Amino acid sequence: MPAKKKESADSVASATRVTAGATVTAPRLAVRKTYKLFIGGAFPRSESGRTYVVADSKGHFVANAAQASRKDARDAVLAARAAFGKWSGATAYNKGQVIYRVAEMLESRRDEFAALEVPASEVDEAIDRLVWYAGWTDKLAQVVGGANPVAGPYFNISSPEPSGVIAVVAPATPTLLGLVSVIAPAMATGNTVIVITDAPRVAITLAEVLATSDVPGGVVNILTGSAAEVAPWLASHSDVNGLDLTGVADAKLALELEQAAAETLKRVRRPAAGLDWTADPGLAPMTAYLETKTVWHPKGM
Amino acid sequence: MSRFEYAPAPESRSIVKLQPSYGLFINGEFVDGAGSFKTISPASEEVLAEIAEASTADVDRAVKAARRAYEDVWGVMPGRERAKYLFRIARIIAERSRELAVLESLNNGKPIKESRDVDVPLAAAHFFYYAGWADKLPYAGFGADPRPLGVAGQVIPWNFPLLMLAWKIAPALAAGNTVVLKPAETTPLTALLFAEICQQAELPPGVVNIVTGAGETGAALVNHPDVDKVAFTGSTEVGRIIARAVAGTNKKVTLELGGKAANIVFDDAAIDQAVEGIVTGIFFNQGHVCCAGSRLLVQESVADQLLESLKRRMATLRVGDPLDKNTDVGAINSAEQLSRIKALAEIGSAEGAERWSPACELPERGFWFAPTIFTGVSQAHRIAREEIFGPVLSVLTFRTPGEAVEKANNTPYGLSAGVWSEKGSRILAIADQLRAGVVWANTFNKFDPTSPFGGYKESGYGREGGRHGLEAYLAG
Repeated sequence: MPAKKKESADSVASATRVTAGATVTAPRLAVRKTYKLFIGGAFPRSESGRTYVVADSKGHFVANAAQASRKDARDAVLAARAAFGKWSGATAYNKGQVIYRVAEMLESRRDEFAALEVPASEVDEAIDRLVWYAGWTDKLAQVVGGANPVAGPYFNISSPEPSGVIAVVAPATPTLLGLVSVIAPAMATGNTVIVITDAPRVAITLAEVLATSDVPGGVVNILTGSAAEVAPWLASHSDVNGLDLTGVADAKLALELEQAAAETLKRVRRPAAGLDWTADPGLAPMTAYLETKTVWHPKGM
Repeated sequence: MSRFEYAPAPESRSIVKLQPSYGLFINGEFVDGAGSFKTISPASEEVLAEIAEASTADVDRAVKAARRAYEDVWGVMPGRERAKYLFRIARIIAERSRELAVLESLNNGKPIKESRDVDVPLAAAHFFYYAGWADKLPYAGFGADPRPLGVAGQVIPWNFPLLMLAWKIAPALAAGNTVVLKPAETTPLTALLFAEICQQAELPPGVVNIVTGAGETGAALVNHPDVDKVAFTGSTEVGRIIARAVAGTNKKVTLELGGKAANIVFDDAAIDQAVEGIVTGIFFNQGHVCCAGSRLLVQESVADQLLESLKRRMATLRVGDPLDKNTDVGAINSAEQLSRIKALAEIGSAEGAERWSPACELPERGFWFAPTIFTGVSQAHRIAREEIFGPVLSVLTFRTPGEAVEKANNTPYGLSAGVWSEKGSRILAIADQLRAGVVWANTFNKFDPTSPFGGYKESGYGREGGRHGLEAYLAG
């Protein structure tokens, strides 16, 4: 066996090649992953052709991630809108199973997130949060809806329904748990989501989890890049129904986004700063993007 | 077929004792405002009274009074005591219901049978309903110890003046908030009578404050830094302005805005019942209803038959004196609203839709518009897209259920919708697919204090009524 020689993080394995009759030992060059966007169930590059450098915690180059543009945001809205009808109409049981499947897939890819320096405890929490939301899909309607005892001979019932397409700025930290905590409640309630994040490696690895979990294409779309650049287009987009500012730390940007969202009367969620990500999220992340529909019908012989 | 002529059956005005002028209701007393304006009867243009106009400083006084009352009295009062005040108010509204109904019809122009049978009883019922919540809030599903928000600034429209006041004030007070409410500029009188009712109920001063005025007064209230909660019912246009104004603040907001509801009639519907529902849907309250069924979508195969019945029914509608107990359609609320209705109706004709109204004699004075339908309307027509807020129905046709749903949802609004069919499974499937906050199936324009009301999309956010209606006034 030839001796192994470690040259870089990418070439950890060694290989033996035969060249012109002589045996040369060289480390195996790893196949790097291209970090692209996640739109409509596919992994396209940014339409703009732009990328930005992603470094690891020690400052070493690890990838050129796709930098999402306005056009990518609009493509993501189209994909999310196209997916909305089927996903919002899927049975609660089915949605629960799909989200549970996401938890299963995440569990089986723990090592990938460990390699991305996500603490094991955070991965645990993210998986458990998915399981928690998976169980909510077929219970929420009974908790927040119900029969209304009107003063007349009418059947009258209120049920929650998803608001539609929700644009979310994901928090910078915790990366994985933050992403899961903003995506899962919107999914569980039947909305479709466009997530803007500046954590491309974790986000796109999570996209791979979603893409292998029976999540229909377009239900979750992930744009990597700058929230300051991309979010305003989504905040003012007429086919976006909700805006989640969880990850917007800059008060001025948050204000501008909220003002832009007012033009189309979007449902805006702006949680208080200093959120405890490991605490019970409560119902608010789900009810923020729910509408109440009340149906009346006369009773009579 | 000959029709019976109706003899006039006027409700007496004598029960209402109008004062020559009314002040602002701040801290339990009527006080002078910075300016004043006249309020009229839209049916006769007669001046009814001089109303104080609240300036920014007046609004500030009212908010301060509400803050004091919140901190010293109402916010700390046990729920069971708050409940009894609200029950008292509900009872007094019922006791003075005739007076309120006549005053409402005088100032708003709506038929007395509506104010008497719908607006006022529902307002009393709303207070009665929310009174019972005041000491049961931990059971409402918004946390074990839900807290009030503080001072609520509420701005209401002119189409259901007293009822909208009840929708706003009852849940706010039940949850332990105090309120500053601005009635619509054209319809302040029942709100001022309500202030008197608060005095009769011995409601602590400052818990309810009424500031009259126009848009500037409303803006001063919504933008006041010491208001914790903004509740608005009115146009989508103003709703956008409010949403923008409160962006970046900690104010909680609910908005109940415009609509362009589709009323869908399938070929298997009970046609006579559907016709009644269409008439109720668009001509109730002169069509001054945000959830009015202003777009009729009728299945092509029954369109001719249905339109014939509808026209026959419309010819029996009695338009005129709001205080006549036989009147079906009253006066348009203001000259401004009348000119908007006229302008959109003219655009309807200009864009090629066919206009029809029954022969109908309109009074000479006052603001009137005959019940009107437009046929041959396409989705591109402005009368199919814009809220007219008057007795004008746009008729479109469809062939398949899928097309009906597509057309019904093809609007930025999403407040209400109607569906008429004798097939249960179809009703439920269509109701599932309609993107609207209230779906009336084989009925229309029904309201109840227990039943949440509010819109999807650009019809606003938040719900009023029922357990859901408490959420807007609680910090969970």
